[in-house]
Amino acid sequence: MPFMPVKFNSQKRVKLAQGLWLIYWLSVIVGIFIFSLGIFFKIELRKRSEMMDNNESHLVPNLLILVGLLACGINAFGGKVCHDSLDPVKFAKWKPMLKPYLMMCCGFNGLLLLTGLLCFLMQFAVYLTLAEGLKNSIKFYKDTDTPGRCFMKRTLDMTQIEFRCCGNNNFRDWFEVQWISNRYLDMSNDLVKDRVLSNVEQKYLMDSVPFSCCNPGSPRPCIQHHLTNNSAHYDYDHRIEELNIWTRGCREALFSYFSSMMSSIGILVLGTIILESADMAGLKYLTTALETMEDPENPECESEGWLLEKGVKETFGDLLTKMKTLGKGNQVDEGGDAQEAAT
Amino acid sequence: MALMLVKFDLKKRVKLAQTVWFMYWFAVMAGVLVFSMGLFFKIELRKRSELMDNNESHFLPNLLIFMGLIACGINAFGGKVCYDSLDPSKFAKWKPMLKNFLVFCVVFNALLFVTALLCFVMRIPLQFTLAEGLRSGMKFYKDTDTPGRCYMKRTLDQMQMEFRCCGNDNYRDWFEIQWVSNRYLDFSAKEVKDRIGSNVDGQYLMDGVPFSCCNPSSPRPCIQFQMTNNTAHYSYDHYTEELNVWNRGCREALLSYYGGLMNTIGALVLLVTMLEIGVTIGLQYVDSSLSTLVNPDDPESESEGWILEKTVKETFTDIMDKMKAMGKGSKVEEGEAAVATVS
Repeated sequence: MPFMPVKFNSQKRVKLAQGLWLIYWLSVIVGIFIFSLGIFFKIELRKRSEMMDNNESHLVPNLLILVGLLACGINAFGGKVCHDSLDPVKFAKWKPMLKPYLMMCCGFNGLLLLTGLLCFLMQFAVYLTLAEGLKNSIKFYKDTDTPGRCFMKRTLDMTQIEFRCCGNNNFRDWFEVQWISNRYLDMSNDLVKDRVLSNVEQKYLMDSVPFSCCNPGSPRPCIQHHLTNNSAHYDYDHRIEELNIWTRGCREALFSYFSSMMSSIGILVLGTIILESADMAGLKYLTTALETMEDPENPECESEGWLLEKGVKETFGDLLTKMKTLGKGNQVDEGGDAQEAAT
Repeated sequence: MALMLVKFDLKKRVKLAQTVWFMYWFAVMAGVLVFSMGLFFKIELRKRSELMDNNESHFLPNLLIFMGLIACGINAFGGKVCYDSLDPSKFAKWKPMLKNFLVFCVVFNALLFVTALLCFVMRIPLQFTLAEGLRSGMKFYKDTDTPGRCYMKRTLDQMQMEFRCCGNDNYRDWFEIQWVSNRYLDFSAKEVKDRIGSNVDGQYLMDGVPFSCCNPSSPRPCIQFQMTNNTAHYSYDHYTEELNVWNRGCREALLSYYGGLMNTIGALVLLVTMLEIGVTIGLQYVDSSLSTLVNPDDPESESEGWILEKTVKETFTDIMDKMKAMGKGSKVEEGEAAVATVS
């Protein structure tokens, strides 16, 4: 008893072939879209790789690029088969390839599922990489004369401006590092000497933040220095002041940006699985409908199409027996070889 | 003697109609492009209208939107006419409208050309609007408590950061106005009283700039205050310091942005004009070749196509005569009406 049989006449077959051809071209466009999303994600990771210690994993974007290219190829081939399916001569040359093609499509759907799951799971890895990377970035902010790190200041400033954030967890992270290079500190000055000696590591620490932490929405000009000293500024209370500098931490800001990107891509990939499954079902119906024509010479005759030739359980049982025979076949071969070697 | 006469047989006519139909669909997309460019330009002007005193002229983007819509309509109609041109019965219903339609197309092409020229010319009024608007913008920077101007600070800060510019002509413009609100000045402090007393208008002027002028690429933390005082900062010489704040003035930055945008739009509109002229000529050939069939009942017969039925001079004199005849006709009618009222 075939699984989900449907009767087809000539008109229905033509309609199915045309509809399926359109869906295949839609799938090609979706494949191109996934490819371009993979490239976009890769570029975004590269742009901010300095914030992540150049340590970020490019697995997800590379996988997306691969999946996008495969989707284009597979769906273009499927569309060609549909286009030729109404001409018996042309269809005859594609017929032998169809069974392995459908197996490949199943495998491709599995790959899509894996990619979709990775899009959601790899967010944890991104979070951890960001935490480490930002901590180091803040440490290297002042090293504008060290080769390999001279653009860290600019990158961090532009990130803070663009993502409207300050520091790793919040602005107080800047109080714990020296973010002014020693080249611009007058070491003969008493104030500087006091500050440097006031901590074990001899760092010039202060309760100030860089200008990129400033919030343009503040009604007053930005207060960057002596942030915790209320008397240093007129009419200022650092406990209730909210608009002066960005209160969000950059790790949270960057993570929410990347996680929303990865979640949207993941949902799109999972939607593509549904589209690809529809393609496979349609192609299976089309091929079975063309194979079971009662009178091969008469194109107007009726035929039947199905998804599986036998029921689901029977097909599954058949697959298992096939795999067992393959395994037994190997064992028999080995036994045969052993016998030959012995004799 | 017709202008640019070409002989047509059936195959050539079919090819001409198909080509012109294809070009018309291209032209519809070009019309959509012109419309969307007008919309984009309007949005860009609106975004920064605060910096132009809400005084900017929306004439050009409105014209582009209008021309884009008309182009879509005209080209869709022309495409339909071409599509029907190979079927004599369908073409018969369009034939009477074609002459007027072609005259309308010629007028539209002239307007499109004028629009393209305007795109290049309207840069000059924009320059004046920007200069005025930025000067006022900077004056109102501190008025974050005045309704209607409370967002000027944020707009100006974001613009300086986005366009990498400072002040109107350069950063010294900030030295000439008070950009700190009186609400945040301690009038009992001697320093404040000195500064206010030092100029005629009683303004708190200082040699400092807002944080949005800071250049993130500077190797040292941003020096915003006491910029002309070399002794206030360690190892600082304001004559040779180049990377500290942005050197460019915002008027120049905004003008080059809008100027580039207008130049691009003008170039694209010129290309669209040439495309429109091409399709108009194509339609004239289609119309004239179908009107001059040697044997009207035989679709295979030969025919001739042209751009103008007579030469340019003769066509021009014909038009002048027609206009004179129309003028005389009105005069004769007036004379008759006068005679009728008298008698």
